[in-house]
Amino acid sequence: MSKTLLFKNAVVLDPRQSLKAKRDILVEGGKIKKLGSHLQDGGYDEVIDLEGRFIVPGFVDMHVHLREPGEENKETIFSGSRAAVAGGITSLCCMPNTQPPIDNPQTVKYVQERADKANMARIYPLGTITLQRGGDELTSYGTLLEEGVKAFSDDGKMVASSSVMYHAMSYIRKFDALIISHCEEETLSRDGEAHEGYWSSILGLQGLPPVAEELAVARDILLARDTGARLHLAHVSLARSVEWIKWAKEQGIKVTAETTPHHLLLDHSWLEGFNPQAKMRPPLRTEADRRALLQGLKSGVIDAVATDHAPHREEDKSGDFTSAAFGITGLETAVPLLLTELVKPGVISLEHLVSCYSCRPAEILGIDGGTIKEGSPADLVVLDLEAPGRVESRNFYSRGKNTPFEGWKTAGKPVMTVVEGQIKMKEGDLLEG
Amino acid sequence: MGSHLLGLRDCSREEIESILDRASYFDGYRNQKLTSLKGLSIAALFFEPSTRTRFSFEVATRWLSGEFYNFSTESSSVVKGESLLDSVNTLKSMGINAMIVRHRASGILQWLSTKISGISLINAGDGSHEHPTQALLDLYTIKKYHSSLEGLKVLMIGDIKHSRVVRSSVTGLKAMGARVTLAGPPTLLPKEFAREGVEISWDIHPYMNDADVVYMLRLQKERQKKGLIPSLKEYTRLYGLNEERLKYLKPGALVMHPGPMNIGVEITAEALKQLEDHNDIRLGINEQVESGVVVRAAVLDYLMGEKPR
Repeated sequence: MSKTLLFKNAVVLDPRQSLKAKRDILVEGGKIKKLGSHLQDGGYDEVIDLEGRFIVPGFVDMHVHLREPGEENKETIFSGSRAAVAGGITSLCCMPNTQPPIDNPQTVKYVQERADKANMARIYPLGTITLQRGGDELTSYGTLLEEGVKAFSDDGKMVASSSVMYHAMSYIRKFDALIISHCEEETLSRDGEAHEGYWSSILGLQGLPPVAEELAVARDILLARDTGARLHLAHVSLARSVEWIKWAKEQGIKVTAETTPHHLLLDHSWLEGFNPQAKMRPPLRTEADRRALLQGLKSGVIDAVATDHAPHREEDKSGDFTSAAFGITGLETAVPLLLTELVKPGVISLEHLVSCYSCRPAEILGIDGGTIKEGSPADLVVLDLEAPGRVESRNFYSRGKNTPFEGWKTAGKPVMTVVEGQIKMKEGDLLEG
Repeated sequence: MGSHLLGLRDCSREEIESILDRASYFDGYRNQKLTSLKGLSIAALFFEPSTRTRFSFEVATRWLSGEFYNFSTESSSVVKGESLLDSVNTLKSMGINAMIVRHRASGILQWLSTKISGISLINAGDGSHEHPTQALLDLYTIKKYHSSLEGLKVLMIGDIKHSRVVRSSVTGLKAMGARVTLAGPPTLLPKEFAREGVEISWDIHPYMNDADVVYMLRLQKERQKKGLIPSLKEYTRLYGLNEERLKYLKPGALVMHPGPMNIGVEITAEALKQLEDHNDIRLGINEQVESGVVVRAAVLDYLMGEKPR
């Protein structure tokens, strides 16, 4: 770990310090030792000339399903963390809806050991809100926090009982820890397959009424208000959710929110032809919702982008729409797609993308990273904003090949990923330990 | 539409007219055995109960001298796309030329059509999505009775939300120039249908006296159990065809139902009796069943009949 690395001729972009300037970065012991102009390039193990390309804090994905333990045929901590660094993601939170769920110290340790062994991205296991995600009994938050858990979520379903959620939020204040809420009122959404709207009506698919999300968003915001807990809303997909979050922030309620690349880029017309790759929860919504999410992201009402990376086996996604599983992968497509579809046309700035996919998530989770300053961990990504590419799932490191973006052309991608001072990815190739 | 009939949404007006014309031609040969499907084998794969649709396809196939095989399984277990594909490939290997499929999953035939070749698929009802041969036979029945569909006012009443008949019929009726109103309780009437160029209404009365066709949909009784409507009694009170409402209908109106009817729900026994004796207003149910055979014969012939083998 004592390796020294010098990045020369980089344009360092760190929204947290409002920094965008030509700098050299000296990395030592896994940390950023020095940030300056024209650092001497003698005596280092490696000197890398970035030729004026951008170097930004490594991306931080708050919402990833690594499937391990229990569903290793879909993804493993090994394959998922490789996919992450290939996509420029240096830190990720893995959701606890595994089998068994991450609701006890043993499973937390298991995930951490597997992550250490994979030795790629930093992996932060999240804990469940309730034991077994059963919605009844609270998980031992204090115990799991001591094990290194950063936040709690029953992701995949809502904590149905308002009373249980009220007590969870009440109790967790002792630790000022974060609750991440999956917003979907289940009596309304139970049989749903697609956003209840024009396309579900025309295609004869079971609708997921939008109010199911909105009800849950509103309830959890009100519970956060009365308890004072810190609440983060996962994969927000509706214009009206954005309105609620805006209101909550104006009231001073401690709420943050994320949305996904696919909700920012696609709408429910992708269902046409019963495309199983467009089947996910929350579902793809209307064009008006998509625009509102973009607007929410631009204005800061929505704090973060997160992929909700949900890998599936080929056979679970290649059948007819009704039997297909919910969810798409995202780790290897998020950065190239957001650079191409949002940054390049000027919808959001590169600074803003880095802010909402690195700085803010790190702040919300209270983890290191998300910044480039002396003393902070050397979690870095080099971006080439011109590099052409194409989404080709067969080249994914992830086991999940399920993406609606297959064949999309991209311009701009991560070309180097550095985690804790070690180069993990270079020009698309992974560098093992 | 190619070699399949997956839904009317894929059909042009010309294709629909061509099928209806062919049905009309076959109608003239009702008592004669025809031969256009000679040497062809057709299988029915039904994963949901059906009597009349399946039987009607069988009669049509035999009439045109085709071989009909029944592979229906009406068990309640869910058959996923992959195992359906497996069955279809097996049957294809046995020399089956066309498959008539009914399945509870919307869109399953679209999916199936991307996975197979060298065989015709005919949709006999996929979930709440489409039931194209029902819509075609309804178009045929209406056209036969009113002589043209152009400008006709069609009122469809009932469970619009779950009805595959409605989805096919709206497309077909619009293509043929009819004006459609969909009426039903708010819980069973998606407002998005308005974007398809039809009127939607929670109230049937404003449309009753002006309709050339009143189409009553079958109400699944489980809708009440799922809390979508309070009671069958109230449904009948608000949306059922009763003696009182018959009085509103204009002379020459045609009353239709895809069958089987829930007598006492969509239509009262008294109204049904009165309709049977009525001179001015016609109950088209028997004609629909008759049309079913000629239209399905026309579909089979259209897809398979005149191509070189």
